[in-house]
Amino acid sequence: MDAFAIVPGSTVAHVLDTVAAILFLAGSFLVMVAGIGIARFPDLLARMHAATKPQSLGLAMLMTALALEIRTGNVIWTLLLVVMFQLFTAPVSAHMVGRAGYRTRRVREDLLRIDELTVDLDAINAEREARDAELEAEAVRRANEDEAVRRADDETVRDS
Amino acid sequence: MSIVVLAICGVFVAVGAAFAFFRVERGPSMLDRVVALDVVTAAVLATVALVSAHTKRTDLVPVLVVLALVGFIGSVTIARFAAQESDDERRILTREEARALEEQRRREEEDEAAREHPDRAGSRPTGRPADARGTRDGVRPAREVSRERTLRRRDGGT
Repeated sequence: MDAFAIVPGSTVAHVLDTVAAILFLAGSFLVMVAGIGIARFPDLLARMHAATKPQSLGLAMLMTALALEIRTGNVIWTLLLVVMFQLFTAPVSAHMVGRAGYRTRRVREDLLRIDELTVDLDAINAEREARDAELEAEAVRRANEDEAVRRADDETVRDS
Repeated sequence: MSIVVLAICGVFVAVGAAFAFFRVERGPSMLDRVVALDVVTAAVLATVALVSAHTKRTDLVPVLVVLALVGFIGSVTIARFAAQESDDERRILTREEARALEEQRRREEEDEAAREHPDRAGSRPTGRPADARGTRDGVRPAREVSRERTLRRRDGGT
């Protein structure tokens, strides 16, 4: 046992235990809040908003609490690994779920206050359609010209 | 950790998990379910942490790592394969519809057998299979819906 070991029953140990208990309560409360939110919110994006609270903040609280409770070196590192891992992966999965939800029309558009993606996509589609129409008009014009040239050639042949 | 704190935390986590399971059951889409399952995973993580803190067991800590990993893989996989499907295809068949589907399949098999052995043809005339493509709006007959499903399953899905 090294010089910095916390003696069980000392004031420091009591303080750490209390802080851990508070963090446990807060983390568990976030899990409950997320459950209620996910059951009550109206559409996918709102539910994702509710679900991400215990995933990152709640988990960080619970892992900190556990680290304060157990106070062993390698356990603390493992818990840090859990939190880091969750912080890296939660945005990825949230992005993929949100994107799939938008693409498969699971998002209620009447609930969106700002919808920049739809605006941008509409602009791009309109641009593309305009370009296609232009190309088609160009092709028709060229075909007409060819037709005229051929007719002129035919007439020249017939005349000669 | 005192038993009072443990009990309060347990109630919080249990209530959260119960609500999340309600959403898993209700749907309406796979993405809603996967988001709810993430919350369930978080609840399980919280439970393991609580047990580990109460009993001072450090061997449960690797379980936390594994759980955090598994939740990520699950949601990413389902989000990757989320498909656009109409309400009609998404609903679960009722008992009568399932029976009608079974009947239809049996009849088709008989037709096929009759076609392969014309001399041994049964009394049933060879019926043309129902048109698989129905109208977009309005609920199609269950037989056609389930037939389309069967075809798609046979093709390995698209």
